[in-house]
Parts: sequence; structure tokens; C-alpha cells
Amino acid sequence: MSVSVAEAPPALTPRRAAWGKVWRNNAVRLGGVLLFTLILISILAPWLGTIDPAGIDPENRDLLPGTSGNVMTLTGENFAHHFWMGTDSYGRDIYSRVLYGGRVSLLVGICVAILSLVVGIGIGLAAGYFRWLDAVLMRVMDGLMAIPGILLAIALVALWQASLLTVIVAIAVPEVPRVTRLVRALVLSIREELYVEAAVSVGTSTLKLLWRHVLPNTVAPLIVQGTYICASAILVEAILSFLGVGLPTDVPTWGNVMAEGRLHFNTFPHNVLFPGVFLAVTVLAVNMLGDGLRDTLDPRFNKRGDK
Amino acid sequence: MTQELVLRVEDLTVALPPGADRNHAVTGINLSLAAGEVFCLIGESGSGKSVIAFSVMRLLAGNLPVTRGQVWFEGENLLALTPAAMRALRGRRMGMIFQEPMTALNPVMSCGVQLDEVLRCHTRLNSAERRARIVAMLERVRLPDPDRIYRSYPHQVSGGQRQRIMIAMALLLRPRLLIADEPTTALDVTTQAEILALIKELQRDTGAAVLFITHDFGVVAEIADQVAVLEKGRLVESGQAQTLLRAPQHPYSQLLLSAIPSMIPKRSGVKGASEFILETRSLTRVFGGTGLWRKSAGVRAVDSVSLRAPVRETLAVVGESGSGKSTLARLIAQLLPATSGEIVFGERDVGMLSRTQRHALRQRIQVVFQDPYRSLNPRRTVGAGITEGPMNFGVLKKEAWRRAANLMELVKLSPQALDRYPHEFSGGQRQRICIARALALEPTLLIADEAVSALDVSVQAQVLELLEDIQQRLHLSMIFITHDLRVAAQIAHRIVVMQKGQIVESGITEEVFRAPATEYTRSLLAAAPGQGFVFGQSPSTAV
Repeated sequence: MSVSVAEAPPALTPRRAAWGKVWRNNAVRLGGVLLFTLILISILAPWLGTIDPAGIDPENRDLLPGTSGNVMTLTGENFAHHFWMGTDSYGRDIYSRVLYGGRVSLLVGICVAILSLVVGIGIGLAAGYFRWLDAVLMRVMDGLMAIPGILLAIALVALWQASLLTVIVAIAVPEVPRVTRLVRALVLSIREELYVEAAVSVGTSTLKLLWRHVLPNTVAPLIVQGTYICASAILVEAILSFLGVGLPTDVPTWGNVMAEGRLHFNTFPHNVLFPGVFLAVTVLAVNMLGDGLRDTLDPRFNKRGDK
Repeated sequence: MTQELVLRVEDLTVALPPGADRNHAVTGINLSLAAGEVFCLIGESGSGKSVIAFSVMRLLAGNLPVTRGQVWFEGENLLALTPAAMRALRGRRMGMIFQEPMTALNPVMSCGVQLDEVLRCHTRLNSAERRARIVAMLERVRLPDPDRIYRSYPHQVSGGQRQRIMIAMALLLRPRLLIADEPTTALDVTTQAEILALIKELQRDTGAAVLFITHDFGVVAEIADQVAVLEKGRLVESGQAQTLLRAPQHPYSQLLLSAIPSMIPKRSGVKGASEFILETRSLTRVFGGTGLWRKSAGVRAVDSVSLRAPVRETLAVVGESGSGKSTLARLIAQLLPATSGEIVFGERDVGMLSRTQRHALRQRIQVVFQDPYRSLNPRRTVGAGITEGPMNFGVLKKEAWRRAANLMELVKLSPQALDRYPHEFSGGQRQRICIARALALEPTLLIADEAVSALDVSVQAQVLELLEDIQQRLHLSMIFITHDLRVAAQIAHRIVVMQKGQIVESGITEEVFRAPATEYTRSLLAAAPGQGFVFGQSPSTAV
């Protein structure tokens, strides 16, 4: 479709036009708003009527949701508090633990996504563009993929001391080969594009070529992949905590809260239920966002659905 | 008219989705097609010619609704038929041939099974009868060894053979109407000539009506009884082919016809040029063949090619697909390493140069690529693309942009367009941008690899003119790669003809056209469609 250049009004840049289309997708809107709300809640946790999530109080053990009571802190302060998600068998406030746990989960999810994308892009670009590196790098990646992700993560956490950083790295490592494969496949097709050859013919150096011409054209599928990694990282973190090999039990994470509540599930199901619901909603929101982004950004899913 | 009407299209109007460059894909189309007649719809890209064909077949995408009009096919209004009735009609009473035979055939089914499917869906013949009919049909379309073709998969036969299979499939049930959507565009000239002759012959035998869609007036001259010219979704002129081609009435038809490059060479070099900018000595490039365990022969894409490009002249390298002409261009432009042989550029053997010297050489040799839609990075502005080269060679940003603005004027585009993105431009404009990008490095040798093949004829003529103008102004030497002899006749001083990686003939343009020395060149010249037809003039015996 030709546009006469002289008279045409300044059109939207491709980037802005693409984001406009993304925002018109309902899955993106719903998932995005949900996720944004969850992030906001986690960040604002201290101001949302929470008390110390690790504060043990024998007076308030195993309270049912909606009970009011008095909290006695270790420093001797005493104040009234409404436990509207109840307490666990140590007398800790579930509501506070769930909100603070959201911080850990979302932080782990986002950091794992960023870390595995950055490393995966680096390795994928190298493997896709430098053919002599390809065989070596991809065999290493194949090897990593042969080990089940959770087992690898457990082994890595066991190897180092469990902390936020080690958990993030341990979950990111098994994700790297998936990103690498995707990037490599994209690079293999982009490097055959005429505009890449044209850039070579005007003397562009290899690094500039990768940065300016190859990388920007891999962004859309990578954003989609990033959301899936984020969702799965949140789940894996919860699983690690639940199995007792994740963050130390005194750190409130959804997995830890559920692991402790599991023992009393028959009598006090709320210990497991509330963090479980938050975990499910978060993963759902991230996945919805990812599906929506895939439908709008990935040309392969774009042919029919979009009018 | 004495013959019965097969197809009548009345006031057909198809809407485009909002945001397109016009409201309707086609507006108020009227045409009628009699039995035994070849009706050509001709128009440039985006003129809506395929939309008409697809609305007749009722194969339009959902976002292109027919808003007005009727399509009458042997007394039935097709637009009012149920989908089931339409399915029964397609294949049985109307057949279709598509542009790209590779994608129109299913790659995981053998050709015979796909032909068999047509008969299974529409007839009650048993398998032996079906097979006999298919083999007979394959013979009709002159495929060698029909039994082998029946068993082979689409990738095992050549492009021309695939198109023959498509024709066999379309005509298997002897339809009353055959719709052919650019059926020869993806084929080489010699194959195109054979396919056109075949369509014409089968049409005469079966008495079917043919709706033939093309952008090529040469093809029209070969095959058409009736022609209709489409411009931006409107029928601007229609009539008898012979009349319209010789004396077009509408200004647009006149413009299109005058833009067709003629087969008569426009300029020609003199024999025995003295100064050469580039020379190749037994240049060879082999693809594959370097297996880890065993060595296979590989494909000799370029096979000991020795040629010399004179200074300030245009050397056209002509050949059909697979002749190795594009590989040759890439070898010369240092985009591919040669397997053996030498490239001498301005007295120096390129193979002996150091890395930095070879980098510097990139500046001297620049390429304009075939497909302007793919050779510009969609995510970068035009200006960023044009200035990239000079800045790679140390020109300051400000100076590079100033130079880019001048170049935009040289290629007759507005300098304001530098801030825009490639998707806002038409094919011809994009190719101008690509030319500006190549010129930004101030090269001495410009390689144009099929630089006008993807463009409409009218745009093609303008770009050719621009290239010629620039060559004279900047004293450029040019190597022009093309499959189209007409284009070569317009721009080249000298011609090199390639076949299967080797040079079969070379000489000054005038001589190659007047007295081709080899059989292959003669067959190429003979296959060019619509020759002996000087468009827009009364009959003559030219060429």
C-alpha cells in the first residue's frame, strides 16, 4: 500500500502502532491490570494494615479468619489487630505473611525472567551468528535441558547457601537453554534477511550488526517468552519453598506459608488456601498477559484472529 | 456476441478494511466472459485484480466483504449460493491456477494423491478409473513419464512441472471456467512460454473460458482475446486485445504500455574497451560438498567465470533462476567468499588484501538488492539506514545526515522522508532509498542485483531512468544482474549470459540481441513474451 510521502501526516512509528494494538487486546488488559495491582499490593504491604510477618505470638495461635485480637510484640508493645486471614500455629498473621510473600514471589519471577533472558540472548546471539560456536554452545544447552528443571534448581540451591540471590540464579539456570534455543532460531532466520546483508555491504561491524539489526527484531517473541518464564519461576520458587529447599523458613514466601500450613490442613485450611489463591491468581495474570502479547506481537498467531 | 456467456460480473464492489489507502479494493467492476475466450485482467500491484478473481471463486478473506454487485456464472448468482453449493462448483465447474505452484501443492502428499482427491470429491469413479484419467491428464499437459510424476512429491519436480500439475488439477473435471492468477510470474521466461502455449492449447480444446490475471503486457499479447485494464480498483479500459494493445485510449493504459521496455537495445558499448574496473578470473563458488566424513561434489553455483567490467559502462549479467548470477554478484561484492579464482578490482587482486584493506574495499563496491521490501530494516528510519555506511567509515554524524539529505534529492525523494520508516513507502520509493544508501558511500562500482524485478513496469521505467542518470552524473561503473532481457536491453552497454553457473555468451548489447551466438541465448530471446508486438503502435515486423 503506497503512501504519498510528501503529503502524508507524520505517521505513528511502527513501535507506537504496535503497542496500541497490544493494548486493545483484552487478555493483555485484564492480565496487565491484575498483575499491576498485585505488584502494587506487594510494594505497599507495610501501609496496608500489616504487622510483622515473622512476629511469633503464642497468644494468637491458630486463629480463624476474621478474628480480632491483641498482638504482643517481642519488644513488649501491645495493640489490637484484626486477623482477617487468621493466624498459623506460631501465631503469625497470615494476611501480613501473604502480602510480604508476594514481594518475594514477584521479585523472584521478574528477576528470573530478566536474568535468563539476558544470558539466553547473549548465548543465543553468539550461537546463531557465529556458526563455529554453535555446535559447542548448543550441546551444552542440550545437556542442561536433559536435567529436569526443578531437580537442577534443588541441586544448585543445595550447593550454595539458600538466599534470595541463589534461589533466583538456581531457577534461572534451567530456563536459559529455552531462551537460547528461541533466540538462536530467530537469529538464524534474521541473519538471512536482505537488510542484514545490506548492512554488511555498507561495512557495518559484527557487533553493531547484532545490536542494531538482529537484536531489535527478536524483541517481540522474547517479551512473550519472558512472561512465561516469569510465571513458571513464581511457581518453581513456591515449590522449592514448599519442599523446604528454597528460602529459609523464617522468610515469608507463599511456598513457606503453605508448607507450614500443610501439617494442619484438615483443621485449619486457611493457612494453605490464602497463599494458594494469591499464587494462582498471580500465575494466571502473568500467563494471560503472555498469551495476549503472543497473540498481538507474534506474527505467526496474527494472521487470522486480527481483523 | 454469438458464443454463450460463461461469466458475467456486474457492478462488483469489494470494501477494504478501514485504514487502507482507499475505501474499496475494487469499485463497480463490470465484465463478461464468453466460452472459448481468454480474458486478461491487467493491472499493477494493488490494483485489485486478484480480488476480482477471488470474489468469483468466493475465496475472499472475511475482512474483504462484497458490498455491492453480482457474479453470474452460467445463470447462477455465485454470491447468493450456499457454501456447500459453492464447494460443489469449485473444482468441478471452475478451476483455479495460482501464482506460486510450490505453495499451492501440499508438500507432504504425492502429486497423484492430490489429483486423485479432486476426482474422489467430485465423481463416483473407482480407483482404477480415476488413476487412468489422471495419467491421461498428466499426458495432456505434456509431463514426461506420468507414472513417475503420479508418485512423486511436489519438491521432486521442477517449477514448470509443478505448474503443469496445477493446470492438470484445474482442468481434470473439464471446468467451464479457468481462473489463472499470475500463473507464470514465478517461472523463467522459457518455461513461461511453454506454459502459456499449453494453457492456450488446452483452452482451445476444451472450449473453457479463461480469466487470466497478469501484470505483464507481454503475456497479454501472447494469450489474450479480451483485455481489461485495472487502475486502483477501477476498470479504466477494456476491449479486444489486438485493438487495445495497439491503440490504447485511456491515459493510464497508454502510460502502462509506453513504460514497457522494448527489446530493441537502447545503447551499446563499443568493441574492445580498454579500461576495466573489475575483472574476475575463473571465479568459482561451490556450495556444500565439505562434509565432515565424506566429500560430495557440491553445487558449482558459479563455475570458473571470467568477465571484465569496463569503466563507466553497464555490464548486464543475464540468466534464468539458478544460473548463478546472484551468487556472482555476492562474490564480487565480498558478501561471499569464493571457492577459487581471483577478483581483480582496479589493478589489485582482492584475495591478496588484508582485512582492513578489504573493509575499505566495501566502500568502493556497493549493492542495490532485489527486494526493496526486505532490504531495509523495518525498525530503523530511512535516515539511519542511509547514514549507517558513511558513519561506519568515520564520517561524522552531522556530515552524514547532510549528505543523506542531498542524496534523497538526487534520487528524487524529499529530504523530510529521512525521519520516516520504510513501511511508509511504496516499492519504487524504497528502491530509491536503497540506491541512496548504496550511493552514500560514494562507490565506484554499483552492483544492481535484480534491482527492478520486484517493481511494477511504470515504476521500473522510472528507476531504470534514475540509475542511468546517476551513472552519468557520478561516472559510475555498473554491473546489472537481471533475468529480464527487456531490462537488459534498456540499460546495458554489454551483456553476459549465464547458464548453470557458466558464461555462455558475452558481447556488446547490440550484437547479442542482433546476432546471438549460442543456442541458449537464442532460446531466451525467442521466449520473451509479446515480441513482434510493438506496443502502442500498429503492427510491425520489428525485432
